[in-house]
Amino acid sequence: MNERNNNAEPHTPPLGGWGVDSNGYYGEFGGAFIPEMLQPNIDELKACYKEIIDSYEFKQEFISLLKDYVGRPSALYYAKRLSEHYGTKVYLKREDLNHTGSHKVNNTVGQILLAKKMGKTRIIAETGAGQHGVATATVCALMNMKCIVYMGSVDIERQMPNVRRMEMLGAKVIPAESGNKTLKDATNEALRDWINNPEDTYYLIGSVVGPHPYPEIVAKFQSVISEEIGWQLDEKIGRTSPDYIIACVGGGSNAAGAFYHYLDDEKVKLVAVEASGMGVDSGETAATMACGGVGFIHGSKTMLMQNDDGQIIEPYSISAGLDYPGIGPFHSNLFKTGRAQYIDATDREALDAAFLLTRTEGIIPALESAHALAALEKLKFNPDDVVVVNISGRGDKDMDAYINEMNNPS
Amino acid sequence: MNKLQKKLNDKKENLLTIYFTAGYPELNDTGTIIKELEASGADIVEVGMPFSDPVADGPTIQASSLQALNNGMGIKVLLEQLKAIKNEVNIPVLLMGYINPIWKYGVEKFMADCEDAGVSGLILPDIPLDEFKQDYQKLYEKHNLSSVFLITPQTTNERIKAYDEACTGFMYMVSSASTTGSSKTVDSQKQQDYYMRVKSLNLKNPTQIGFNIKDKTSFERACQFANGGIIGSAFIKKISEKGDLKMKVREFVSSIK
Repeated sequence: MNERNNNAEPHTPPLGGWGVDSNGYYGEFGGAFIPEMLQPNIDELKACYKEIIDSYEFKQEFISLLKDYVGRPSALYYAKRLSEHYGTKVYLKREDLNHTGSHKVNNTVGQILLAKKMGKTRIIAETGAGQHGVATATVCALMNMKCIVYMGSVDIERQMPNVRRMEMLGAKVIPAESGNKTLKDATNEALRDWINNPEDTYYLIGSVVGPHPYPEIVAKFQSVISEEIGWQLDEKIGRTSPDYIIACVGGGSNAAGAFYHYLDDEKVKLVAVEASGMGVDSGETAATMACGGVGFIHGSKTMLMQNDDGQIIEPYSISAGLDYPGIGPFHSNLFKTGRAQYIDATDREALDAAFLLTRTEGIIPALESAHALAALEKLKFNPDDVVVVNISGRGDKDMDAYINEMNNPS
Repeated sequence: MNKLQKKLNDKKENLLTIYFTAGYPELNDTGTIIKELEASGADIVEVGMPFSDPVADGPTIQASSLQALNNGMGIKVLLEQLKAIKNEVNIPVLLMGYINPIWKYGVEKFMADCEDAGVSGLILPDIPLDEFKQDYQKLYEKHNLSSVFLITPQTTNERIKAYDEACTGFMYMVSSASTTGSSKTVDSQKQQDYYMRVKSLNLKNPTQIGFNIKDKTSFERACQFANGGIIGSAFIKKISEKGDLKMKVREFVSSIK
């Protein structure tokens, strides 16, 4: 049963075998396990996305918006004091400096252009921390499109500044009240909306999850991160490859973007950091690789957390952006093959890492990115190692959690 | 020929199929409801296997699924319940569900245990046709299970024909682009065009119309264009009301037929 569909002509997938194959799979993971109600939407997207995003006109528009609107390239910063602390060379890829405050905007700029070319007029999105929601509301304002964002009601509570930003940008934020009322449930609601509105609506998905071709589309738009790391490192130290790239993973889009151009460069160690909440054995966790198995979620065959009856387990993390019980199929394949290492950081470890970065470098990271920083405590580096940590977002939205930590130091 | 195929062979019009969520309202109501549906004259029963994340379902079935899971329902429990009543019921029983719990249970074991529990067919909407043909079709045949496929107003003629080719039960015509139990208003001319389009394809399998069929009027309209109609959310709402369960099942069926 594990054999994937091999109807199409065999060929090596792109990126030295790590890209998606012609059937929409990364190794044994991926595909499009969706009801017929969504099939025409996905077929429409599948039929046109490649031609559109590979066209000269699209690329020009995309590159120009990333430069002048998003503010790319994002800096690659040598963190001197943090490097001294860890006895290695730490470079921070500053996605937190992007317009809207995270890497999410790379993808929303790309997808809004795609939606426009497809003639869609209504945009729907899911959001966890609100970063993708804000990035979507932003590009919708820019392109004069109607925007509806689904967000778990628990996440609305804990990320209120982002909710207000979305509303100010003209988006309608609809609370998802099912399940744990977090990212998974917001994604369910977005899919239901799309079933009910198949013709005018484009689902602007925020991570490398969902049915094919979404994981591929999102990874491609985010790959600007690793593309820049290459030439920025070359400028600074005369080499294009680091020894390590570290990124946090919920669904996995910032990690996919940071790893992308290094997938077939086996000398580069790729490290993804999951959120283990109160700990991998606590039952209050979002560490999919550590606690999960193979299954199907949101249209994709991938790793996910489930109970013995195949019901999806509600995840937990302090970080709303990592609070998801699955992970993109791109990552499941890297995990299964061992190409990337998947480790985890708890709420506690992430908070400590956030305060360390703040006090050594004057950079307040998002709680999500703090999980990537926590990996620096866990790995052993040589003094000459070049370690790139992707700072996927800034911490403004997490000030409540940080203030709480300052008021109640543990 | 399984019970479903026999029923479809014997009765060509006004087929009434009732959907409900296994283990709802109470864990052990599954058998009671099936027996009562048969006694009150429903033609086919479709039993929903509850899932934590039912993306194709509207609020009514979401709520019943959650309640059923809280009651302790799962595939293993359901198949035991069905096996226990299989010699007492004649009405064809179909199972409908999402793929993840089945995958976790083991696909081949699931099919074998379905046959053993007297199940006639399966509706597994999130398995794409290509995957069905490659990994599932032979197992359906081996275990004498009929396949039922969903089509929608957006499904092309080409795809409808491909589904019809693989189908061994009936074609499940989703009445409009929506999740289950939706109350959104439908352009009835557009809907009729879709029904007529499917009719003109002269499919080899019978058709039944489902989603948003909720009462006598909508059921009769479905039967004008197809071999029958499928009612889900409206039935679940009825059995959620206070009162005697058997009585409510009878009242509901007699309000339709």
